[in-house]
Amino acid sequence: MHEMGICDGIVTAALETAAKERAVCINSIDVTIGVLTEIQEEALQFAFTVITKDTIADRSALNVTMLKARSVCGECAAEFEHGRFDAKCPECGSFVCSLLQGRELRIDSIDID
Amino acid sequence: MRVDIAKGILEKNDTLAEGNRELFARNGVFVVDLMASPGAGKTSTILATIAALRDRYSIAVIEGDIASRVDAEKIAAQGIPAVQINTGGACHLESDMIRRAVDTLDLSEIDLLIIENVGNLVCPTDFDLGEHAKIMILSVPEGHDKPYKYPGIFQISEAVILNKYDTVSVFDFNEAEFRGVVHDLNPSAPIFAISATKGEGVDAWVEWLVARIEAAKVVQS
Repeated sequence: MHEMGICDGIVTAALETAAKERAVCINSIDVTIGVLTEIQEEALQFAFTVITKDTIADRSALNVTMLKARSVCGECAAEFEHGRFDAKCPECGSFVCSLLQGRELRIDSIDID
Repeated sequence: MRVDIAKGILEKNDTLAEGNRELFARNGVFVVDLMASPGAGKTSTILATIAALRDRYSIAVIEGDIASRVDAEKIAAQGIPAVQINTGGACHLESDMIRRAVDTLDLSEIDLLIIENVGNLVCPTDFDLGEHAKIMILSVPEGHDKPYKYPGIFQISEAVILNKYDTVSVFDFNEAEFRGVVHDLNPSAPIFAISATKGEGVDAWVEWLVARIEAAKVVQS
């Protein structure tokens, strides 16, 4: 269900841009998603097939780039990649870290005819 | 032909949330968004918060549920304005739903607006409603391992309420582990152990909320 709302945002933005460009068909849509959004790509792809039905995007591919989580340590300024759960500085062990990347929900571009 | 878009997927929601935020600021309304699983005690926590703060602040509540008016009726029975949003299947509230609900309230008469989000530990996380603070409630029977399974909601919450704390000895709830994991995920979030229906521990939560409301007033003025 979460993915349905997100996917609606993707398809709406893509259709708006395609209409502005007077496109007749959307071939592909590229999006970037951070792992911390807890979006499941399979669920997103399923939602995509449902939402694009009967639109000019109904044969398009949804290309998803997943981004890992990255944080910077507030104590020693080290930058590091981490999993969904362990945002702990590998250099000094601090948990006082700010997220740099991992919560993205971005539509990058579309390919149209 | 490739066309760059480079926009946030939730840009429409975020723009509307920004509009809500400005509206709340203009009217001096502090807004909290309570998120939790179904049955964790969101409505009971709201009722306990109302009991503690109704003499100090003028309060209103927005109730988000897939269906029914059960929760709004419980709030309205306390003489507190309550607006029920039925999402009709959607698993979270979005900023346009909040705006429509807010338009039925007289914001100039309200100091504190409490939003009860749809019972869900995943979806409400990504949707900005224009609130000042997102707060999550976990109840003891759900288990101490929930932060491992749903880290996102613990990370974006400003404070965590551990409800049904009076049952902690009945369930195999490892409080030290829970506190440790929440701290690892979100070091600055305080954890308030409460029993909403018995009123235990509510004082500390309310004291924190009052400090947060008053701090927001200083920023706004």
